[in-house]
Amino acid sequence: MRQLSEDYGAERAVSDGSAAGAERAPERGVVSIRGVSKVYDNGFQALRRVDLEIRRGEIFALLGPNGAGKTTLIGIVCGIVNASEGQVLAAGHDVVRDYRAARAKIGLVPQELTTEAFETVWATVSYSRGLFGKPPNPAYIEQVLKSLSLWEKRNNRMMSLSGGMKRRVLIAKALSHEPEILFLDEPTAGVDVELRRDMWRLVRSLRETGVTVILTTHYIEEAEEMADRIGVINRGKIILVEDKNVLMRKLGEKRLILHLQEPLERIPPELGGYRLSLASGGVELIYTYDAQAERTGITSLLHDLNAAGVRFNDLRTQQSSLEEIFVNLVREEA
Amino acid sequence: MNFYSVRAIYGYEMSRMWRTLLQSVVSPVISTSLYFVVFGSAIGSRITEVDGVSYGAFIVPGLIMLMLLTQSVSNASFGIYFPRFSGTIYEVLSAPVSYFEVVLGYVGAAASKSIILGLIILGTASLFVPLEIQHPLWMLLFLVLTALTFSLLGFIIGIWADGFEKLQLVPLLVITPLTFLGGTFYSIDMLPPFWQKITLLNPVLYLISGFRWSFYGIADVSVAVSLATILVFLGICLALVAWIFKTGYRLKA
Repeated sequence: MRQLSEDYGAERAVSDGSAAGAERAPERGVVSIRGVSKVYDNGFQALRRVDLEIRRGEIFALLGPNGAGKTTLIGIVCGIVNASEGQVLAAGHDVVRDYRAARAKIGLVPQELTTEAFETVWATVSYSRGLFGKPPNPAYIEQVLKSLSLWEKRNNRMMSLSGGMKRRVLIAKALSHEPEILFLDEPTAGVDVELRRDMWRLVRSLRETGVTVILTTHYIEEAEEMADRIGVINRGKIILVEDKNVLMRKLGEKRLILHLQEPLERIPPELGGYRLSLASGGVELIYTYDAQAERTGITSLLHDLNAAGVRFNDLRTQQSSLEEIFVNLVREEA
Repeated sequence: MNFYSVRAIYGYEMSRMWRTLLQSVVSPVISTSLYFVVFGSAIGSRITEVDGVSYGAFIVPGLIMLMLLTQSVSNASFGIYFPRFSGTIYEVLSAPVSYFEVVLGYVGAAASKSIILGLIILGTASLFVPLEIQHPLWMLLFLVLTALTFSLLGFIIGIWADGFEKLQLVPLLVITPLTFLGGTFYSIDMLPPFWQKITLLNPVLYLISGFRWSFYGIADVSVAVSLATILVFLGICLALVAWIFKTGYRLKA
């Protein structure tokens, strides 16, 4: 959580509470997760009846603090972790019963930089392609390595590569079998700013080729920067799924808070045309407006307030950030 | 059958052998040669023939078995333990491969290495002592079955082990003693009657005996019993591997 506050400009204030309603996409997505729970042998419940639909071709960011269940969820989709209950379909195939068809469509880039130290880049990427049941295709591997700026390093042993380069090799391995769905588990954890931006560019270019990308992150900035949709997970539960643009619109909303001299019991009828609400026992009048709109309506509101005889002795504005929404959601859950 | 997947695992494991040629091939050959020098020449020169076979030649099948068992176990256990240790196992678990294909790749490679090694040692031995192989097909059958069975055992150990120490434990404390006490360097006729009976409890005895029979037609126990023993072993190992994959024991959370 500290990471979150540090990374995202602590610009401003309060959540408007609208984040609580998690959206349920009615159609079945390219990845369809239904009622998935996971209880580990030690009794720890990592996931609680998770439902999630990932749409084909989107970049979906799964956002959550450490230990929220992100990696467990990915592990279940990819076949590394057994679900305690529930069902997962990948590209229409059940990941348990029809695991061959399902897994052939999925590429996974793990969080840890787990590589075979003594293998060359070329050998390890070619191995991955074979492991996923595809016949050798040196031209394709070459294309993948070039797209990841790894071509010059193809004969280097893994142990001689930097952390950033190893991360690229893991992506190349995950792409080696031409997956339709790519999971990136914390792709930019511990990488420098430049590489992070490189990674973002890469993910966008993947989306252009039709690959669905699901990335987990605890950097809000990353979710904002890249995702089409954002899901928030905490303590094993999905607590929000929303189009990023909708979220951003909510972020674009500002509130003008007027501290009244006399508390109001209700909003005067002549002010009914404004998006107003009362708070703090009627002492605060809150006006919600779109800060990016041409006309915010503030001037006319102040004029009409004056006409209605509503006096105030202080005012301030507030804006919700994604971070705010996230922090509040997580806090509510705790 | 996912041919490309099996080939990928098999090829990857075999490439490890070529990469570590010194450790994989040269060192077992040197240590076997040392056995020949010490037991075959130095001590063997003072021992008369055993069942009509010169002592140097008599110990060849036992020595090949000794290498076959230890190398099969260590190759296969390391082959699967290392990806678990380094974390690269995630890729195998997330690949569209069946458990059978995974085992085929890993165990097939480990067994292949041992068989190649066994044949190299056989070649090395022929430089020291005159060899005859009366039943070459049986010899190959025992070689392959033993390599396969103990590679499976190694695979199981590699899954069970949660540290490098445990990885060494079984080969060091179980396989090597059983092989030394299983008639590698002697016929059980040379033991007092009580120890003969005890030795009959040692499963490795049956493997060495059957293997030696394929060379010289002499055996401590009948060939059928030897073959049955190795097949029972194979069955137990297969059942254990099947259970491991069914339950995801130490592989999947």
